[in-house]
Amino acid sequence: MNWVAIWVTCKLAGLTACALLVVGLPIAYWLSYSHWRWKFLIESVIALPLVLPPTVLGFYILLAIGPHSPFGRLYTELVGHPLPFTFEGLLLASILYSLPFAVQPFAAAFEQVDRRLIEASWTLGVSKLQTFFRLIVPLSTAGLVTGAVLSFAHTMGEFGVVLMIGGNLEGSTRTVSIDMYDEVQALNYAGAAKTALFLLVVSYAVLLLVYAVNRNVWAAWPQK
Amino acid sequence: MAAELALDIVKTYSGRVPIRARIRYPVDAATVLILFGPSGAGKSTILRSVAGLEWPEEGRIRFVSRTWLDTKSDIRVSPQDRHIGYMSQDYALFPRYTVAGNVAYGLGHLSAQERKARVSEVLDLFQLRGLEHAKPRQLSGGQQQRVALARAVAPRPLLLLLDEPLSALDAPARIYLRDELRRLLKQLALPSIIVTHDWAEALTLGDLMAVVSGGEVLQTGTPMDVFSRPRNAEVAHAVGIETVVKGQVVWAAAGMFRIDVNGVMVNAIEGEAYGPDVYVCIRAEDIAIERGPIAASSARNQLAGTVTAVAVLGALARVTLHCGFPLVATVTRSSVDDLQLVPGQAVTAVIKAGAVHLVSRQDH
Repeated sequence: MNWVAIWVTCKLAGLTACALLVVGLPIAYWLSYSHWRWKFLIESVIALPLVLPPTVLGFYILLAIGPHSPFGRLYTELVGHPLPFTFEGLLLASILYSLPFAVQPFAAAFEQVDRRLIEASWTLGVSKLQTFFRLIVPLSTAGLVTGAVLSFAHTMGEFGVVLMIGGNLEGSTRTVSIDMYDEVQALNYAGAAKTALFLLVVSYAVLLLVYAVNRNVWAAWPQK
Repeated sequence: MAAELALDIVKTYSGRVPIRARIRYPVDAATVLILFGPSGAGKSTILRSVAGLEWPEEGRIRFVSRTWLDTKSDIRVSPQDRHIGYMSQDYALFPRYTVAGNVAYGLGHLSAQERKARVSEVLDLFQLRGLEHAKPRQLSGGQQQRVALARAVAPRPLLLLLDEPLSALDAPARIYLRDELRRLLKQLALPSIIVTHDWAEALTLGDLMAVVSGGEVLQTGTPMDVFSRPRNAEVAHAVGIETVVKGQVVWAAAGMFRIDVNGVMVNAIEGEAYGPDVYVCIRAEDIAIERGPIAASSARNQLAGTVTAVAVLGALARVTLHCGFPLVATVTRSSVDDLQLVPGQAVTAVIKAGAVHLVSRQDH
């Protein structure tokens, strides 16, 4: 098995999940509590990676961060090298690609929080931001874990986007699923089988965790 | 400027009666204002507007010297900055926090030491000692209510807002906790607004009462005055009980009570024991009128009196009697004719003992 690829993949998935915890929380909060009538427009954009072929998404991200776009030029000027075909570019693409897998469970969990609890907090003089961290987040832990774990797992297995944005550079953008594809292309079925089994076991473990969290199987987990 | 809460708001909903409410409530004497009316009348919306949880399209809310809402000047003070205590119908206790944690929740501005002292003080006041570490789901309904009230008053609010504080409780607990709530409110000496649709709660808890129906405030006065002297038929209908008089229990045994009302003896059957001072409450439709004196019947109350006024309202008539105390009866229009009910006519009011309701009274 290609341990370098596994390390790159785990690093990518872990950083993506962490970034989505930071980026996804305010988006999910806004989606849950905003009364804006055109909210569905934003909701649809966020859900787009669920239905779009990864190659299409990757293609547009590539255009957006490439040297011909304003963002790409700015990045090249600031950092000194272009974003595509680097780990950072891959991370950015992964964040966008996994956004709905984090935001939707977060938003669903926030919507479960009784509105009257939030109002009680406000009338006690506690600001909206403080209410979010002291009341809403602790009541949404299962949803937050689900969102983080699902985006981690989704990033582990991504293929099309990685190919479009990251290329296939050993040690920085070659992930497990691409490594496995290479093995098959090289007719090394034994190597591919090991990698496939690894991904299967990881995916199953992740889903076990998600379902267990949502069923309160651990007594230590605070009950509703 | 008088120390008062002045409110004049308009709030519209699609498919519902708009709310156009106007209230002036003097707050210096730490009185309790009742917002009374049938469900769907708009009471809760008015209360939530005072709390800053609901935003009227138009209007002003002023509390003592501060303006909380003025749509013309675009002033909208957030609930956080109003320094109020608000308790919703279902108490909304924070499920992950303990009793002490709930009470301490709004005390983030205090130092750890001050917070501890205040929590301890409030726990004592609300008799919650021993329950500090319990979670809300382990508490009875009455205990949950006390915790919710303790949490609301812990940050020393300037105004307390209670939305149907007793409706989540079962009937036996409600009567006991009604008197307890009265005692606590008097002890706190905080201006309070309480929403209720229960006339017994209004009588027990209120110093002032505003009748809300169809989104409007129809009448304001002391609860007893509003109940016994409704300004018009709409108010009378909204309050649902027309005779409220003060009395004293002179004899009680096995759920039977004999009450002295202005020298007239009235019999009542009630499930609960009451102190000597009570309000005697009788619905207008529970009073039957017979002409002149009549032979004894199974009804426990036969009160001789005279008709003082008759007002015909469609098929029904509202007849005011004097039987040593004023009594209002609703009869059909045809019986007005049959009995020749005119002012001055001698009649007997017949009331079943079970239709006489008692509410304990502490003179304010």
